[in-house]
Amino acid sequence: MNLLAPSRIRQSPKSLFPYLFAGLFLLAFFDSWQRAGIDPKVFFEPRGQRALGKFLTGMFPPDLSPAFLSLLFRPALETIQISILGTIIAVMIGFPLGLLGTNTMAVAGILNEAELQGAPLRRGLRYAVYFIARGLLSLFRSIPEFVWAFMFVRAVGLGPFPGVLAIGLAYGGMLGKVYSEIFEGVNYRPLEALQSLGANKLQIFFYGWFPQALPNFVSYTLYRWECAVRASAILGLVGAGGLGQQIEISMRMFNFNEVLTILIILFLMVAAVDYLSAKVRAML
Amino acid sequence: MSQARQLKTCDTIPLPSGRARGNSMTTNLFILGAIVAFFVWSYRGAEISLPQLFSRDSFEQIGIYVQKLFPPDFSAAVIREALKGTVETFAISFMGTLMAVMIALSIVFFAAKNLIFSGLLYEMEPKQGWKRASRMVPYVAAKSVLNVLRTIPEMVWALIFVFLVGLGPFPGVLALGVHTAGVLGKLFGEVLEDVDTQPIESLQATGANRLQILLYGIVPQVLPQFISYTLYRWEVNIRVAAVLGLVGAGGLGQRIHIAISLFFEQQLLTLILAIYILVTIVDYVSAYLRRKVM
Repeated sequence: MNLLAPSRIRQSPKSLFPYLFAGLFLLAFFDSWQRAGIDPKVFFEPRGQRALGKFLTGMFPPDLSPAFLSLLFRPALETIQISILGTIIAVMIGFPLGLLGTNTMAVAGILNEAELQGAPLRRGLRYAVYFIARGLLSLFRSIPEFVWAFMFVRAVGLGPFPGVLAIGLAYGGMLGKVYSEIFEGVNYRPLEALQSLGANKLQIFFYGWFPQALPNFVSYTLYRWECAVRASAILGLVGAGGLGQQIEISMRMFNFNEVLTILIILFLMVAAVDYLSAKVRAML
Repeated sequence: MSQARQLKTCDTIPLPSGRARGNSMTTNLFILGAIVAFFVWSYRGAEISLPQLFSRDSFEQIGIYVQKLFPPDFSAAVIREALKGTVETFAISFMGTLMAVMIALSIVFFAAKNLIFSGLLYEMEPKQGWKRASRMVPYVAAKSVLNVLRTIPEMVWALIFVFLVGLGPFPGVLALGVHTAGVLGKLFGEVLEDVDTQPIESLQATGANRLQILLYGIVPQVLPQFISYTLYRWEVNIRVAAVLGLVGAGGLGQRIHIAISLFFEQQLLTLILAIYILVTIVDYVSAYLRRKVM
């Protein structure tokens, strides 16, 4: 190495990346501008101005009449209930699939190394189950909950039921992924110790694995519940119960003061749930 | 470094913190009891019975629906429509995210405490009440604007903008831009508030004024994280852009809405596959770019 030529060392290889990136970015920008029909002057034309004025003046004051508030009471409760039931179904879906999709539990690691040695058929079977579980989880979470909700509305009818199913499936996929990450992240020493004591697999799971994972488990599930409250509040836009349905109705009837009321209630509800969930998580 | 503070938004999956603490039996029982009570309450209220949920009947209904989805419709016309929708979804998410960055950047510097009224930059200043108070005004205003933008969900923004500017992808862009601006504003603000103070101190010692400190001491520090967060939100936005169409704001969602409403289940499956592919590709691209930046 020639130490007398530092400049040659410092010189980074000329990269095409910045130019390529800038070119692609500009291309995407102009193409997207066209395709997305961006048209800022809508807001300055009389029609847009009128709509804007109507919306802003229509919003105030928010409709706080007792009649409307009592009308909202049930959907607000329903939103919370959908989120709770949905989260529970998500746990019921995510937990078993997450277990099967955990690498160290299904196919590798200390639990299996003795058993799967020299048993290709068995190993293949385990891998098949593992990949099916992972694939299902990925499928569940990559389809947005809105699409699930809309499909379930078609399959089982309007009301809170499709909302529960949609949240259950979409969040089940996410929970399952995180659960398997938690399971993979445990400390393996206790498991080995248990194994050397002669504990069977079930015992290893319940005394070594599960206690380590539990706090993270509960904490993450609660956190998902917060998200489920937000989601279930708007799933009603496609007919799946809760406050969203009421937003949709008020919006379609141009009652913007009602929309504002609902948004305020939504805000309070989400804030309350966040607070509650943070409290519980701090207790864990 | 940006991975150290995990994003806490609903659309990302933060990693578990890996901390465990012993609890007394009573606390655990109390939590368990509360959860069970909650469950019972919601179970009785939601007009759902679990037996009904897991009955043959509902499984059959769902089974019939799933059967109708297959096989996916791969005829040329449908493929073309799905492609068009995919590109439109991409365009919506792209323009929406750009708009969000512009809005967030124009607000966020007022919403960072250490830039606007407290901390190192202002410790030399005489404690005049009114001057400090006058600085609080833009801070509070910026914070509340960001809060309002963030609190209203994208779908509701989309409904509002569909009313204001009519159907099509444009209201989708606006909805994404406005909501994401609130989210990015919060994230950017947090990054700004915990910048490393040493470069700022040394700049101050050389006699740089506040604008110079901002440009040479703060912006270079936060830029990689800003970009990283923006890419994260872009990943999220592509998912949202795919469903905004359900309320009339263009993209794949609009086609999905049509396919579901008209019972074209096989086309629906094609469109869902398109979402899956698009989301996967964008995840990869974004992860690649983030690795380049960080």
